[in-house]
Amino acid sequence: MRLVSPEAYAKSVVASVQEYSLLAGQAIANIFSKPRYIADTFTQMDSIGVGSLPIVVLTGFFTGCVLALQAAVSLKEFGAVAMTGRLVALSMVKELGPVLTGLMVSGRNASGMASELGSMKVSEQIDAMRALGTDPIRKLVTPRIVATVFMLFFLTIISDACGTGGGWVIAVTLLKLNGSAFFHTAYMSLEYGDVVEGLVKPIFSGFIIATIGCYYGLKTSGGTRGVGKATTQAVVVSSVLIILTDFLVTQLMIGIFGR
Amino acid sequence: MATVSENLDEAPLVFPEGVPVVEFKNVSIRFEQHHVLDDISFRVQHGETRIILGPAGCGKSTLLKMANGLLEPDSGEISIFGKPLAGMSEREVFAMRAHVGMVFQESALFDSLTVEDNVAYRLHEEGVGPDEAHVRVVEALRFVELEKAIDKFPSELSGGMRRRVSIARAIISHPDLILYDSPTGGLDPITSTTIIELVVKQRDVSNTTSLLITHRLQDAFTLATHRWSAANNGMEKIPDGELDPNTKFLVLNNKRVVFDGTTRELTHSEDPWLKAYLE
Repeated sequence: MRLVSPEAYAKSVVASVQEYSLLAGQAIANIFSKPRYIADTFTQMDSIGVGSLPIVVLTGFFTGCVLALQAAVSLKEFGAVAMTGRLVALSMVKELGPVLTGLMVSGRNASGMASELGSMKVSEQIDAMRALGTDPIRKLVTPRIVATVFMLFFLTIISDACGTGGGWVIAVTLLKLNGSAFFHTAYMSLEYGDVVEGLVKPIFSGFIIATIGCYYGLKTSGGTRGVGKATTQAVVVSSVLIILTDFLVTQLMIGIFGR
Repeated sequence: MATVSENLDEAPLVFPEGVPVVEFKNVSIRFEQHHVLDDISFRVQHGETRIILGPAGCGKSTLLKMANGLLEPDSGEISIFGKPLAGMSEREVFAMRAHVGMVFQESALFDSLTVEDNVAYRLHEEGVGPDEAHVRVVEALRFVELEKAIDKFPSELSGGMRRRVSIARAIISHPDLILYDSPTGGLDPITSTTIIELVVKQRDVSNTTSLLITHRLQDAFTLATHRWSAANNGMEKIPDGELDPNTKFLVLNNKRVVFDGTTRELTHSEDPWLKAYLE
């Protein structure tokens, strides 16, 4: 393994952050000028949103199930099993729904974007696109950012609903709790700030997934091996950034709403 | 003033008579610490076919990509249609590319699109209606004799067919300059001759300025010694050992231009490296 000097490593990190920022900035600026690739945006919405629905529904549902089971064990010690709905709803809406949906969509779509754009890069299709007078950032990156941000918002809502539903199924069937009471405590526990927090997070996650996936795809080099490397890096970096952003947004929301 | 072809979105490209279509002035480029091209200067006039020769890895493809603004030089100046690329905004570069067709080394067809959509890509981007686009795609595919492949995907085509689709995609908007990056690379001799015949046809029928990279000397000399015959619907040797006056050569070696001139000058060169290279 070749050792890299700390200086060269630091320079490459700064250069990567600069390249990423320029790509993201340019992709956002493209939203406000023509031409706009509306059809490509809808295609991506279908691929990212509808395509991710099964994993988001299943992940959300079983996370809610597990949450209800674990919560019941702890709450039983305090004689508060009836509060299971409150715990499941709060956890799903504020934290697990947005984060798990982000991670699932990242695993599926950041990798997909990196490999698709990476393959186009190594087979000179990106250069061909530029040679044919098309800006690849406008054509490939901007539609993916818009589609991911838009669809992740709704996927998170679906995940929250499925998670709460999963918790309800366990509460009614295994814990023998009252179904109406479950929903009532769940509903009553949620406040405006909790819902805002849960819905702000996917906006950031969606942006991270699309920009990181496209960034690693467009900087791919080194043939098919490079495509594999770009795909792995896209998933790793986007997952870490989603968790990091989750922490920062949570901190911000606690500062704003006090909970 | 020379008026060259039409473009649907852009005004016809007009530039002063005598101004070279492509001009490199002391152009150098390096990747990281590795010098690829050093102090490259040459001019390509309107209607000229410039064949770029040189050993593998000497920077021929890099030179072609710089001519289309896909790569920026570290120093020197590149002018296309009389305008320096360095002074152009991004929008102007994309507008300039509307007048340039490019055939890539590995065809670079969009593998998720059919042959029709690949060839019509530029027309779709320019907002040409589907009916008109279809007619023009059929016309371009007829030029490369691939009309039957219109509904196929690139993965269903052979290497030679992909290269022909790539040529059709490059010529559909009647460009004023065509850049061919090793159009015969990796193809068998018969298919290579078919591709060269298409290049000759495009050169002689449309009188389009072009830069062509090739590793095959026989392809280069076929271009110099043959012309298109409409009567025979094929390529024929220019009689009496004459050469195509508009076909010239640029030879690169060791990052630099080692030859820039006509076919006759190339074949009569006394440079020992050139003599060895041509043998």
